[in-house]
Amino acid sequence: MKAKIIVMPKRTVLDPQGKTVLHALDSMGFKGIREVRVGTVMEIELEGGSKAELQKKIDEACHKLLSNPVIEEYTFEIV
Amino acid sequence: MKFGIVQFPGSNCDQDAYHVLADVLGRPTRYIWHKDTRLGDVDCVVIPGGFSFGDYLRTGAIARFSPAMKAVVEHANAGGLVLGICNGFQILCEAHLLPGALIRNRGLKFVCDWMRVRVETTNSPFTNVCHTGQILRLPIAHCDGCYFAEPQIIEQLRREDRVLLRYCDNPNGSVDDIAGICNETRNVFGLMPHPERASERLLGSDDGRLIFESILPCHETAAVN
Repeated sequence: MKAKIIVMPKRTVLDPQGKTVLHALDSMGFKGIREVRVGTVMEIELEGGSKAELQKKIDEACHKLLSNPVIEEYTFEIV
Repeated sequence: MKFGIVQFPGSNCDQDAYHVLADVLGRPTRYIWHKDTRLGDVDCVVIPGGFSFGDYLRTGAIARFSPAMKAVVEHANAGGLVLGICNGFQILCEAHLLPGALIRNRGLKFVCDWMRVRVETTNSPFTNVCHTGQILRLPIAHCDGCYFAEPQIIEQLRREDRVLLRYCDNPNGSVDDIAGICNETRNVFGLMPHPERASERLLGSDDGRLIFESILPCHETAAVN
């Protein structure tokens, strides 16, 4: 199985990268884009264990290492 | 006062810190390898600047789980002194020894420049030979130095007089102009500017030396040339 994890900066945290990408898109003529936020996607190959166990494991990994809850939030799916 | 400097793969200010502590201040100083599980006989641990583990994932995120950092956390919890400079500050935040996080500079650029920073309180083992309001001239060199914490944490830092240094001209978007903070028990200090790069007049400023001299007990400070 595979876990796909998305880590995004929290809404309350400044995302200068997203703002810069937004300005670039705007100056290229891509109009009507209100906001851009830039995050990270991680893919993890998994072996063994039930889906529930893997879900628990990935959630713990996200909380401890793969994201920093002070500034980021995460979502993931196991497929 | 004996010093230990933790070395991670990618640390690059470790030798500067060693030079100041061992050669300029003449204090017993040793390196601590990141895989060491014990710190040895040290009173103050310095987490130096650099790009530990290539800044992969987030600055300080990987270093924070190294065996030496486990020992640093125990040292801090036992009341031992810990000084985190630049990447060291980032690591201390990731390790939850200090609140908040350091994120990408507001201008997205790596900023390498001299800064004027204001000493906001002398009530700490790291600023006690300064005077309140004193302006220190220190260099910064970072891309991820924008201090962020939720408003209630910022309020708590203010209330508890834990912001030791503020930028006079905020270079990176740090909340409340924060350049350096200490923990609740005031024995852990993290700052983005580099006092170890400004401890000799030859280098353009020796204001950074005040941070290191503050750490020394009174009878040792008197012995420093």
